[in-house]
Amino acid sequence: MIMSRTLLVVFGMLFCTAAQADVDKHARNLAASCSACHGTGGNSEGGMPVLAGLDKVLFVNQMKDFKSGARPATVMHQHAKGYTDEEYELLADFFSAQKRH
Amino acid sequence: MSFSRRDFLKASAAGIAIGAFPGLAFASGELIKKKGQRVVVVGGGFGGATAAKYIRKWSNNKIEVVLIERNPMFISCPMSNTVLGGGRTIDDLTMSYEELKKKYGIKLIKGEVTAIDPEKQTVMLASGHLKYDRLIVSPGVDFMYDKVEGLNESVANISITHAWKAGAQTVLLRKQLEAMPDGGVFAISIPKGPYRCPPGPYERACQVAHYFKENKPKSKVLVLDANPDIVSKKGLFMAAWKELYPDMVEYRPNALVTKVDVVSKTAKTEFDDVKADVLNVIPPMKAGAVADMAGLANVDGRWCGVDFLTYESKVHKGIHVIGDAVSAALPKSGHMATSQAKVCAAAVIELMQGKQPDQNPTIANTCYSMVSGNEAVHVANVYRFNAEKQAMISAEGGGVSAKRSELEGAFAGYWLKNILNDVLL
Repeated sequence: MIMSRTLLVVFGMLFCTAAQADVDKHARNLAASCSACHGTGGNSEGGMPVLAGLDKVLFVNQMKDFKSGARPATVMHQHAKGYTDEEYELLADFFSAQKRH
Repeated sequence: MSFSRRDFLKASAAGIAIGAFPGLAFASGELIKKKGQRVVVVGGGFGGATAAKYIRKWSNNKIEVVLIERNPMFISCPMSNTVLGGGRTIDDLTMSYEELKKKYGIKLIKGEVTAIDPEKQTVMLASGHLKYDRLIVSPGVDFMYDKVEGLNESVANISITHAWKAGAQTVLLRKQLEAMPDGGVFAISIPKGPYRCPPGPYERACQVAHYFKENKPKSKVLVLDANPDIVSKKGLFMAAWKELYPDMVEYRPNALVTKVDVVSKTAKTEFDDVKADVLNVIPPMKAGAVADMAGLANVDGRWCGVDFLTYESKVHKGIHVIGDAVSAALPKSGHMATSQAKVCAAAVIELMQGKQPDQNPTIANTCYSMVSGNEAVHVANVYRFNAEKQAMISAEGGGVSAKRSELEGAFAGYWLKNILNDVLL
């Protein structure tokens, strides 16, 4: 009984880790498309803002402000409308975890 | 580094030497013995170089990557129209492949693929062959010269350029413009879509006009478009032509060029003959020749059908196609090629590890066009996978600049810097 419970917990943890890994990879894949302008891993070499290490709440707020038009932009209002609130969170998770160069 | 005609001659002489004496190298032997899991990437442009780098990066260097590229250096097609305008030189757009080798351990083979055997999972070069577990083909485009009577590759290289791959022809076209007398005519012919870089020809008209305005103000730019209307950023280009280059740029829709005369620099359309001082004919395009070697171009015999979760060919399992060669409702741009390359790289790693690839690929594209020396306009879009349609569909909110600006001109320069770093460094 104890054994099977332990096994269940272990399996549960394995499952969670695998599912988490998929989420992380999906976030990584989403964010990869941003690097043309914002640099690899969000480390822009100039011009466009550095996203690496950006605070999560700030990131999500900026995206919402781009979408609503509260923050004017040349390009980002268009990209912001193309992503969902859920994707803002994933992107925020990814970029906040990147090291600034 | 200096990018001279001599470098090109040296480079092509090296190519010929390998082709003529394959026995001196490895005959038909295995070029690099395959030990572990291996991906071979054919073509080191925006798509191929990105795929090679990201497979190494995202597999923690577990998967061996061999990149085959025929050119000695990477030359960016994006922003190469500014070489014509005078804002950049070709050297500014030229990068080395060295970092991909040093930093990521990518094995680089300089050469041309001569055949692909999908059954034996083998790629043939003049110098020998390579085995692969998965092959990524990023062949870019090739030109359908047979659609324009009188035009062929030699003519394009020395006289009537297309300059639609950045390099020697870009430099030649700039020299032709410099040699042209004030009061002359530059004519550009645009093929029917789809073609590489939808806004590119109209940007080129702007860049040539910019050069004329500063140096040869009595000259004209004549745009012969085979399409019924301006394909991309229409209002922005029309405004630029009218406001920045009044009476200099003339646009003619439905002007399909079917024939050229090299000696008199004349382009023949259905309606009339157009004589120019500098003639720039962009022929219709199809997937690069490497795609044909494995029969991958299954859409109209021109473009390659793929599964958008993995970019695996619809024709052959184990072969993936990315970039301009893909048949899709996606713009054929450098940024798009890198975005596709990353989706493909991630999926290839998952497949090689027996896992399921990301089921919701969502990618972005931003294309800047320089309309003068320092002002740019853009088009931007997010694209997401639609399972029902098995296609990439444009998401909400995409669009173009409200107006041209110096701010966007500056961003265009930073875009180039950041994307080149992402692809090659």
